Amino acid sequence: MEIFNHNSNIPFLGMRKYSIAIAVCLMIASIALIATKGLNYGLDFTGGVSMVVDYNQPVQVSEVRAALTKGGLDNAVVQSLGGTREVSIRMQPKDDKGMKQTASGKVNLDKISSDVLGMLRAARPDATLKSRDYVGSEVGAELKSDGTIAALFVMLGIMAYLWIRFERRFAIAAVATEVHDVLVTLGIIALVQREFDMTVLASVLAVIGYSINDKVVVFDRIRELFRLARKAEPEEILNRSINNTLSRTIITSLFTSITMGAMYFIGGPVVRGFAVTMLIGILVGTLSSIFVASPILLWLGVSKKDLMPVTRDNPELARRP
Amino acid sequence: MSDFPRWKYALVALAMLFGIVYALPNAFIPVPAVQVTANRGAAPIDQALRQKVVAALAKQKVVAGEVVVNGDHLLATFANTDVQRSGSDAIKALLGDGYTVAFKLQSTVPGWLRAIGARSMPLGLDLQGGVHFLMQVDQNDVIDKQESSYADDIRGLLRQKNIRYESVTRNAARGQGIAVILRSEADRTAASNDIANEYIDLNVANGPSTGNRYVLNVTVKPEKLRALALGTIKQNLGTLRNRINALGVSEPLIQQQGENHIVVDLAGVQDPAEAKKLIGTVATLQYRPGIGYAGDAQAQEAARTGNIPPNANLYYMRGSHQPVLVSKRVIVTGNELVNASSGTDQQSGTPEVSVTLNATGARKMLDFTNANVGKPMAVVYVERVTETKMVNGKEVRTPKVTESVINDATIQGAFGKQFQTTGLGSQKEASDLALLLKGGAFAAPVDIVEERVIGPSLGQDNIDKGLKAVTLGLALVLLAAALYYKLFGLVADIALVFNLVILVAVMSLIGVTLTMPGIAGIVLTLGMAIDANVLICERIREELRNGSTPHASIRAGYEKAWATILDANVTHLIAALALTTMGTGAIKGFGVTLMIGILTSLFTSVTLTHAFTALIHGHRKLKTLSV
Repeated sequence: MEIFNHNSNIPFLGMRKYSIAIAVCLMIASIALIATKGLNYGLDFTGGVSMVVDYNQPVQVSEVRAALTKGGLDNAVVQSLGGTREVSIRMQPKDDKGMKQTASGKVNLDKISSDVLGMLRAARPDATLKSRDYVGSEVGAELKSDGTIAALFVMLGIMAYLWIRFERRFAIAAVATEVHDVLVTLGIIALVQREFDMTVLASVLAVIGYSINDKVVVFDRIRELFRLARKAEPEEILNRSINNTLSRTIITSLFTSITMGAMYFIGGPVVRGFAVTMLIGILVGTLSSIFVASPILLWLGVSKKDLMPVTRDNPELARRP
Repeated sequence: MSDFPRWKYALVALAMLFGIVYALPNAFIPVPAVQVTANRGAAPIDQALRQKVVAALAKQKVVAGEVVVNGDHLLATFANTDVQRSGSDAIKALLGDGYTVAFKLQSTVPGWLRAIGARSMPLGLDLQGGVHFLMQVDQNDVIDKQESSYADDIRGLLRQKNIRYESVTRNAARGQGIAVILRSEADRTAASNDIANEYIDLNVANGPSTGNRYVLNVTVKPEKLRALALGTIKQNLGTLRNRINALGVSEPLIQQQGENHIVVDLAGVQDPAEAKKLIGTVATLQYRPGIGYAGDAQAQEAARTGNIPPNANLYYMRGSHQPVLVSKRVIVTGNELVNASSGTDQQSGTPEVSVTLNATGARKMLDFTNANVGKPMAVVYVERVTETKMVNGKEVRTPKVTESVINDATIQGAFGKQFQTTGLGSQKEASDLALLLKGGAFAAPVDIVEERVIGPSLGQDNIDKGLKAVTLGLALVLLAAALYYKLFGLVADIALVFNLVILVAVMSLIGVTLTMPGIAGIVLTLGMAIDANVLICERIREELRNGSTPHASIRAGYEKAWATILDANVTHLIAALALTTMGTGAIKGFGVTLMIGILTSLFTSVTLTHAFTALIHGHRKLKTLSV
């Protein structure tokens, strides 16, 4: 079975002006989104209290919200956790009026959760507490800086490896495209306001790993074709490389998407954010491997002679007649 | 003909066998159990005790799976966690304080598997329910204490060397060291030399002098402060371990995270209040003159009649619960203790604990021991817990103090700064005592900065959903690969299944804790592992199109794809490595899984499929390939 015509020769490089323009626009839009709307940081980052509440009978989110407002909790964030009987409630400890009286600076998770459960039970006696979390704000700040450092570490590590294994231009093109992928992925998460928690951070870092995989496969083909070709017109070589690897790029993306899709639909709320981010990242990464990475490489001026296996210049040999 | 060497076939066969055997333990689901161990001084666990437990369980109508005596502990298994809870309650009521009753997940892995080191992956809290704490250790307290102690020491040293000084004070800012003010240039030089010679951990520098005030700035060296910070964390870890063991959780996870955080995971615990109480305990210790020895006639008498001499307190020995009378006078407190370490007595060869006091403590100790050679001295361990109760809607805090004697010994001769406690029963007893002494001396305050309580049903939910996601994801990819690449797709499918098996085997062998993000990592690995086969299959198709013979196509396909696969996987590995460096547990678990997955997939996708391909096509003349 073959889905893709192996003789395809779509002029991807021919559309480079448009594709790069779109990529730059997407990046700017993403930065603007992250700056204005911001990421909807989860408990892991903001700190605070979160509870998962289970009902015996189906429940509406609005119903839960009303019960909390009645109890004096106006700022709690109520979300459905898929299904109709499970909701998560997120709040800052200072919102609990009962806590204010005992302003000792320490957070009493047991008290807050029993307060909240009391409010919910007043409206619906079939509510039960499934889990409760408290995260201090300093932990979240640390996580943010750890995540940024990890992302930078990944980029630099990959850049160094490609610099050694390939060439300077490949390293720069790969990292530039990586930055694009991460920004656009984050931009989409900001746009749809999906909760950004620890698993989403992990999957953003995994997106970097996934999308670099894609780029390396194309780059590898570019290097191979440059070395084989007698007459190496860079644009043609790059275009041929993308076309040759197109089938693989798309099939692998589909296979990975299948597994992530399975996780999204049946993996439960804990990994749903992870799966969604991964799916977004796979889409962005696949498109950028096809449309963005190679044009950058072309502009950086990749050429055949940069890629020929290094022949040792032996001064001893040169001196001989 | 086949160009695949024999030894590689053997390697592949071995790897498959290894995968199956070491992944197998995960198929045996552990059962909920209750473990009973005897505390020191209680009657040992034996068949008679087992009979009593069986009878008590029957009386409470609790159905136990089996009740067995297993070496020094008793184990009762139950059908589910609810029965386990009522079983534990019944056993606790029967046995009382002398025994520790703990929840446990009893492995059902057969003995022959365990004998070769095969075990199942431990489950994270998100998969089995429990309580998670992240604690922050307050390092400031330690620096304060250390600087004060050095200031004391310097005063003592200057007096001893007859150097006149105006003052020795700590600088206002913490960590800024100690200012020593002397009266002359000569004194300053002498003091500087003496301090530098005596205390290698201190930096000494001249400060600005005005009139007849000659300032010497003494700071603790940064490496010493770092070592102290590290020591504090270790210390707190030790103390926490001790206390949580008393809680009766069978396999608590207590480990350091980053520079000043400690993670505590208590599987199976549903009520964090008890655990928090133990964690929040502040312990101190006091050296006090003993009146007689533990369990002697006078103490027994006092315990029986309640007539305690006016100058004494009646305490009980920690562990053996024997009564002991201790004078109310305090010689030295934990604040004056600088270090305690366990070792072996040079003369008798028995275990000992060596204790170091600071200057003031040493002076007091010397005065006391000079006058009391041959008399007993006791170490009293004081734990202070603040209990918060709600009375009429108001919070009422009541401090609760528990005092026990952790050691009493005879003073063999006069001593001061440094002394040894010898004649301890075992090396373990010595290290326990050293730990307790240190725990009482420098337990830095800890704050709980993160707390998670995961209900057991949520854990079971997560396991079910995770398993379903893995199964469905795997099945879909298997189907898609077989459809798209036919025979080569089927070979890739075999590789993918073995990738999962070997990945689980390696994770089990290393002892990686399985968490929900870890499962996500497994699923992602499966999705991406097929990439190598896609690369190989696409290459083979290309070679065939270019007119190569089937055998040449296979060879060229594997050869050419290998360079690409390697580059792609190394870059991916770099990304996974960065994930493992993140301090946080969830991300780390994901990163570790991803990393192992990349490595195993490199083997299964390339070497294992090559072996199968060679086996299928090796000795046949081929016209076409099913790819």
